[in-house]
Amino acid sequence: MKMYFKNMKNLYLISFLFLFSCSSSLTPVDDGLENQIFHFGNGSEPQGIDPHIVTGVPEHHILISLCEGLTIPNPFGDGNLPGAAESWLISDDGKEYIFNLRKDALWSNGSKVTANDFVWSWKRILTASLGSQYPDMLYYLEGAYEYHNGQTNNFDDVGVKALDEYTLKVNLKEPTPFFLGLLSHYSTWPVHKDTVLKHGTIDDRNGEWTRPGNFVCNGPFNLKTWELNNKIVVEKSPTYWDAKTVKLNEIHYYPVSNVMTEDRMFRAGQLHVTSSLPSQKCPIYLEENNPDLRIDPYMGTYFYRLNTSNPYLSDVKVRKALAYAIDRKVLVEKVIRCGQIPAYSFTPPGSNGYEPDTSIPYNPDLAKDLLNEAGFNEDNKFPKLEILFNTNEDHRKVALAIQQMWQQNLGIEVELVNQDWKVYLSREMVGDFQVSRAGWIGDYEDPNTFLDLMRPNRGNNKTGWEDSEYDSLIMKANSTTDQEERYKLLNQAENILIDNMPIIPLYTYVRSYQLSPDVKGYNPHILDHHHPKFIYLERD
Amino acid sequence: MSKSSTLWSDAIYRLSRNKAAMFGAFILFILIICAALAPWIAPYSYSFQNLEIGASPPSAQHLLGTDVLGRDLLSRILYGARISLLVGFVATGVALIIGVTWGIIAGYVGGKVDSVMMRIVDVLYGLPFIIFIILLMVIFGRNLWLLFGAIGAVEWLTMARIVRGQVIGLKNQEFVLAAKAMGVSNISMFRKHLLPNILGPIAVYATLTIPQVMLLEGFLSFLGLGIQPPMSSWGTLIKDGVESMEEYSWLLIYPGLTFTITLFALNFFGDGLRDALDPKTTDN
Amino acid sequence: MLSIFLKRVLLAIPVLLAVASLTFFLVKLAPGGPFDADKAVSPQVLKNLNEAYNLDASQWEQYVDYMGGIIRGDFGPSFRYPGRSVSEMIATGLPVTFELAFYSILIALLIGITSGVLAALKRNTYLDFIPMAIAMIGICVPTFLMGPLLVLIFGINLELLPVSGWGQLPGDKILPSITLGFAYAAYIARLSRGGMLEVLNQDFIRTARAKGLTEKNVVIKHAMQGGLIPVVSFLGPAIAGLLAGSFVVETIFQIPGLGRFYVEAAFNRDYTMILGTTIFFSAMIVFFNLLSDLAAMWLNPRSRDA
Repeated sequence: MKMYFKNMKNLYLISFLFLFSCSSSLTPVDDGLENQIFHFGNGSEPQGIDPHIVTGVPEHHILISLCEGLTIPNPFGDGNLPGAAESWLISDDGKEYIFNLRKDALWSNGSKVTANDFVWSWKRILTASLGSQYPDMLYYLEGAYEYHNGQTNNFDDVGVKALDEYTLKVNLKEPTPFFLGLLSHYSTWPVHKDTVLKHGTIDDRNGEWTRPGNFVCNGPFNLKTWELNNKIVVEKSPTYWDAKTVKLNEIHYYPVSNVMTEDRMFRAGQLHVTSSLPSQKCPIYLEENNPDLRIDPYMGTYFYRLNTSNPYLSDVKVRKALAYAIDRKVLVEKVIRCGQIPAYSFTPPGSNGYEPDTSIPYNPDLAKDLLNEAGFNEDNKFPKLEILFNTNEDHRKVALAIQQMWQQNLGIEVELVNQDWKVYLSREMVGDFQVSRAGWIGDYEDPNTFLDLMRPNRGNNKTGWEDSEYDSLIMKANSTTDQEERYKLLNQAENILIDNMPIIPLYTYVRSYQLSPDVKGYNPHILDHHHPKFIYLERD
Repeated sequence: MSKSSTLWSDAIYRLSRNKAAMFGAFILFILIICAALAPWIAPYSYSFQNLEIGASPPSAQHLLGTDVLGRDLLSRILYGARISLLVGFVATGVALIIGVTWGIIAGYVGGKVDSVMMRIVDVLYGLPFIIFIILLMVIFGRNLWLLFGAIGAVEWLTMARIVRGQVIGLKNQEFVLAAKAMGVSNISMFRKHLLPNILGPIAVYATLTIPQVMLLEGFLSFLGLGIQPPMSSWGTLIKDGVESMEEYSWLLIYPGLTFTITLFALNFFGDGLRDALDPKTTDN
Repeated sequence: MLSIFLKRVLLAIPVLLAVASLTFFLVKLAPGGPFDADKAVSPQVLKNLNEAYNLDASQWEQYVDYMGGIIRGDFGPSFRYPGRSVSEMIATGLPVTFELAFYSILIALLIGITSGVLAALKRNTYLDFIPMAIAMIGICVPTFLMGPLLVLIFGINLELLPVSGWGQLPGDKILPSITLGFAYAAYIARLSRGGMLEVLNQDFIRTARAKGLTEKNVVIKHAMQGGLIPVVSFLGPAIAGLLAGSFVVETIFQIPGLGRFYVEAAFNRDYTMILGTTIFFSAMIVFFNLLSDLAAMWLNPRSRDA
């Protein structure tokens, strides 16, 4: 009897050892080097790859390898490089653009990329029944808003026309200086008409045209396989007009949502690049000078929204008091500690050369005075404030730190409320909050992408603050073609914003992630756009 | 002399000989005292942050170290004990009340009522309760009372079954029939005759349910559905510890150890109780 | 026995429908909709989206529509992933979770039964104490603690096994299965020890031994059949627990299974996905409970409902 079970136990031991020894010693990163396969940690399973329907960053990383817009981001500097369009002309008044499309650009099924493709694609995204969440990217076009809102049914009224097979004419409502920047957003990219229509109508959200085998687009890579929640593989496209520059053979996208797991995968050699970094690892990697750590400037602001409809927050003195009682340096140096930069303006400084001159002092005494001036003191205590944020380690840490600062410096009691993402969003949308954590990443490289947010009647304003002078300054700026003049106007607007403090800027984002030394051509980009045709793998 | 007192004194005797169970009871006792006295014995407040020092290993000022925001780990564990034990006891209490009532009624009344009641239990038994709990937490927010209720609502089923089984067994015994013949009211029946005899299995099962509940709470915390900060239960402490386990291992070790030891204690004690009350399963 | 089986199956159908209805209305109560995004959705666009997904119809109409769909086997499109139907997503995630559960149960049974039987036979010796102590550890250390620890030791420090994935790299199925299976191995060990102890004390075992049968024969042919009944009854709830445990394990190890889909769907308010997976899980659990009860009954005709 004893023998029998002893043998069984031995059997287990042996089989476990056997299984262990079966594990391969060649990591995906090693193997990728040989075969030019790029292993990309992508943060979460993409909603889809229809550029007119999706809204997120993981989707962007995949789409940038599959499709190409009129322009592409420049990894070597500012601005945009030619993409599907090889050159363009802008009229003197800035309202008309003529794009000359490449004559050798092909879709992945071999057909030519023509101006009509762009006209049809922009029609698609502006078709109301499609339910795209980014039609406003194209609202700068004449007639676009009207078409999307059903005021006209004729797409000919919209300011985009194909003059001939390779010439695209675009007419804007105003001279929009950042229009070229807008073109790097995937909502303006083309889709292949025949493929879309083969699998559904122009406004069919659930069409199967995005499946591997059906998907057709004009980018440097093609969709090869898509294993849900597991891996997406794209392979080099032979029909891409610049295929000779593309060195990678395949890109594997892994939808790893848990940052700890992603970090482990990177260290185990399963990924070349991660989508982010666990918050507590950043200071450690900084301290130990981890060579794989990357901290790139990023065009984004982390801020707190104040609900100005709230009776206590409607007084600008209170809002400023709250802002002046926060030590931003302590926040970035002691709390989040990943190279972030304290923010004293809403628009990140240096956005396309724009430098706001606003300031927000850390002055607890001044803050306390302001609060007293607003009528709050020992006898009339300021009521408890609630900070709303979505469930996330970093948000929690920042909120906890600010809770302590407001308690110590202003004697205000603060309660932290964290909700999961969807609930947080819906509460913000209906104004069911007092103070709410927020973040905004630029959609294109221009200060307008931030300042536009706080204009009246903007869905993303959410603070209830409306200022007509602010609004008209921005409107004027957007019709000014001279950059210096324009930035002066925007700076004035920014000053009004900071003077009224409906939002409290806290810090400017950075992109922190890990990158394998084998990866070349992956340069820091202010909007984190990395065109894959410049990326390749090489080991020194 | 009624039957129950002999059973109890026998059980207590056996229990006291069971070293593991006594050890478990001792640990529990210490724990409950610590948790109750936490506000007085904890060296720091559970929310006081010291951003200057951040996460630091155990030292003279902080016996178990601090977390990334400089909060004292020992204090957080003590306060966490309050929450975790509270969840454990209250949720089990909820399960107990529902389950025992259900079981007694079903077992005593018998017949069709019993049939229907147990059918319901059978049906509910087969449902993926975890899913509903997750859904409830996601929909109605992370309310402590909701947590008690939701967990309790999941655990009462087995309790009902056990109690019903016991009541049925007792129902037909002589002393019950005799009492009935003498005209003892139903309520007295419950109090004097039935309850003392089913207390045993109830106590055993309750003691074994508490660790289940605590594990469940930890599980929910891990998924991000547990207690709200800055309060934390052991579940959230462990979750935070897992995330920093490589660089700040003490953040995982101490809460993990405390949690595990508590569960050990509860299980040993519960096992001991069961062995004491039901001699068949001991090693005679 | 067939009649019992049929009765239970018939009972299951209204139960599942009730579950579906309850979940449907619960989910609709949730704040936050599937289309809420960081960039606020304009009312016009929201209207279009709601129309496209039939969310602007009355609750009752949506309910009837949905229930009708289920009966036909159509769980609708996922809200979060346009272009994917819920059935398709379940079909992708299910085999993975099944495989994980299968390996875990296998490990649990192998380790659990062997340890438990051995402990029962070698009562009060080291071969009893040690496995039972380890079993206690398995019960008291949660999966979300054990998983990361195993990953730390075997994946990072010793670099023996991959830290994530399922079917991507050789050996990546080992750690998740062990993590999930170990807790159940612990329960099974205790249950089999208890069950075997009860059986081994009985007369017919003594008779068999007296008759001169080999120990191996006695144990395997005679004792185990009865002794393992508690284990078999436990399997039903165990599978239910495994599905729940899979949420945590699939998150830690990035396994593309149904558990992870479910948790994400709940957080994303992907209504159709939540409903689909809930109904599916319920159906599976009802089925497995039925199976395990049947198996227990078959092994021991004496076991009835009391």
